[in-house]
Amino acid sequence: MTVVRGRVWKYGDNVSTDLIFPGQYTYTLRDPDEMARHVLENLDPRFAQEVRPGDIIVAGRNWGCGSSREQAVTALKHAGVSAIIAKSFARIYFRNAINNGLLPVICPAAVEAIQAGETVEIDLRTWIVRCAAGEFPFAPLSPTVLEILQAGGLIPLLRQKLGVALPEERP
Amino acid sequence: MAAKTFAEKALARAAGRTAVTAGEVVDVRPDVVLSHDNTAAIAQIFASLGVRRVWDPDRIVIVLDHAVPPPTPQHAQNHAEIRRFVQAQGLRHFYEVGRGICHQVVSEEALVLPGQVILGADSHTTHYGWMGAFGAGVGRSEVAALWATGELWLRVPDSMRIVLRGRLPFGVTTKDLCLKVLGDLGADGGLYLSVEFHGPALREWSLESRMVIPNMMAEFGVKNAYLPPDDAVFDWLAERLARRTGRPIPECRDRISAGALYPDPGARYVAEHTVDLDRLEPLVACPHDVDQVRPLREVAGTPIDYAFIGTCTNGRIEDIAAAVEVLRGRRVAPGVRLLVIPASQVVLQEAIRRGYLATLVEAGAIIGVPGCGPCMGNHMGIPAPGEVVITSMNRNYRGRMGPRDVGIYLASPAVVAASAVTGVITDPREVVG
Ligand code: SF4
Repeated sequence: MTVVRGRVWKYGDNVSTDLIFPGQYTYTLRDPDEMARHVLENLDPRFAQEVRPGDIIVAGRNWGCGSSREQAVTALKHAGVSAIIAKSFARIYFRNAINNGLLPVICPAAVEAIQAGETVEIDLRTWIVRCAAGEFPFAPLSPTVLEILQAGGLIPLLRQKLGVALPEERP
Repeated sequence: MAAKTFAEKALARAAGRTAVTAGEVVDVRPDVVLSHDNTAAIAQIFASLGVRRVWDPDRIVIVLDHAVPPPTPQHAQNHAEIRRFVQAQGLRHFYEVGRGICHQVVSEEALVLPGQVILGADSHTTHYGWMGAFGAGVGRSEVAALWATGELWLRVPDSMRIVLRGRLPFGVTTKDLCLKVLGDLGADGGLYLSVEFHGPALREWSLESRMVIPNMMAEFGVKNAYLPPDDAVFDWLAERLARRTGRPIPECRDRISAGALYPDPGARYVAEHTVDLDRLEPLVACPHDVDQVRPLREVAGTPIDYAFIGTCTNGRIEDIAAAVEVLRGRRVAPGVRLLVIPASQVVLQEAIRRGYLATLVEAGAIIGVPGCGPCMGNHMGIPAPGEVVITSMNRNYRGRMGPRDVGIYLASPAVVAASAVTGVITDPREVVG
């Protein structure tokens, strides 16, 4: 994961987890593909049908506010979304994104500049978002966060670590 | 040593360090790890780690509350899987369907104590700030990781101070205080922060009124919230800890108060706000955002279809008492439903003992099983598309209660009860007079 490139879906401020993945499905839908079919249905019914692998979500302030439900991340990931660029993230959503290997980028200036439908690039070597309007730097992710993202998420990372530390515990 | 905030002190202790500073990333060993109906999904992730036993069964708490009793075979199956996991791991702190909402149950059982750290796979884990504990919500993967290793990375948050001046006027509650903070500072006003409340009014409030505040601060985007614990907190918890453990009350009380943490004078805050309680009035959050807050008087008269009193925010005996006071000798308006769900079995028992249930049923209310009810759109009173709801809940996002085009107004329990009586959003002071 050094450069992430994708087509943009653009949304506004305070998009809650209830809009991303409705609570009524949280204990009944377990199949990732089926989860992906309902993602964002309360906000943008077109999304689940038209999303393509690698697409990027660009959003305003406080993306993912509300519930801690991790499906609000995993459903987007299974739908093919590669990254989310937002002005800010709700804190549990930010952690859930990292822990599931979905890249969260905080870059308010880029959000202002990016247009829906254009293709943008997130460069993790130089910490820059590239779009039609120009280049926008963002704050580098911490080493802890990068390690998790690069392993593909918290659980894959832990598996690597436990695999070394506790080989006799593996089934 | 430099002056420290509550969050810096609590996380230093949980990380086994003498001192930590806001901005640092630390590995924390929480005292309690909480999950609820999402436990089956977490157990699945846990199984993929290849670890057979959880690291410390006594630090794990599981409460079935989100879809209870189960509305569908899938929900029932979900609970059955959780029971199997609980048995297989020998978990003692497991609370069955009907015992109550996790945050209420964990408080009533004194499973968390002042100064401790609780991480929960639930966004309202901020709740435990009412007793001066550090409570933060995390995701399912993180809980699985905690079960396996007992440890999780946390960034030590910056802190905000909210200073309360004066006293709440008659008919104004701590729910209104929370709505005031949300309305003035926005739903992301406390993002990533530890928010501490200070001021003489806190000590005068009942513990139930205090519980509303850190609970509702989840809607403010905070990592955790904090109220300084006092004797009332220690006494309340000591009684319950003694009951659960069989230890003498004085011994429990000493242990509890010894763990309490208070920020140092001169600690660093990135923001400070003052709320003049004397000038607060009843408030309402309007659809579809928690920070669409307006004075009750401005939205009074809006017709409603459905009223719901309950949840971890405002489903306690004090909240039901406030509703009963409005409803005694009155009836729910024709064409309107009123649902009341006690936050726990303990609250339900007290409501029975005080005769509240009889009053509520006579007034035409529906009584639900202790649990989350329709709060997250699962069951037990979902509104129809297009309906307007007024509720003592904490969130009014689109789709929160199920259908996407339901308009949800958030208010204190007395306002919800008064609105149920008249069929339009109403100031309870006009009904009770
Ligand atoms: S009552 Fe509502 S907010 Fe509280 S824990 Fe249950 S679903 Fe969450």
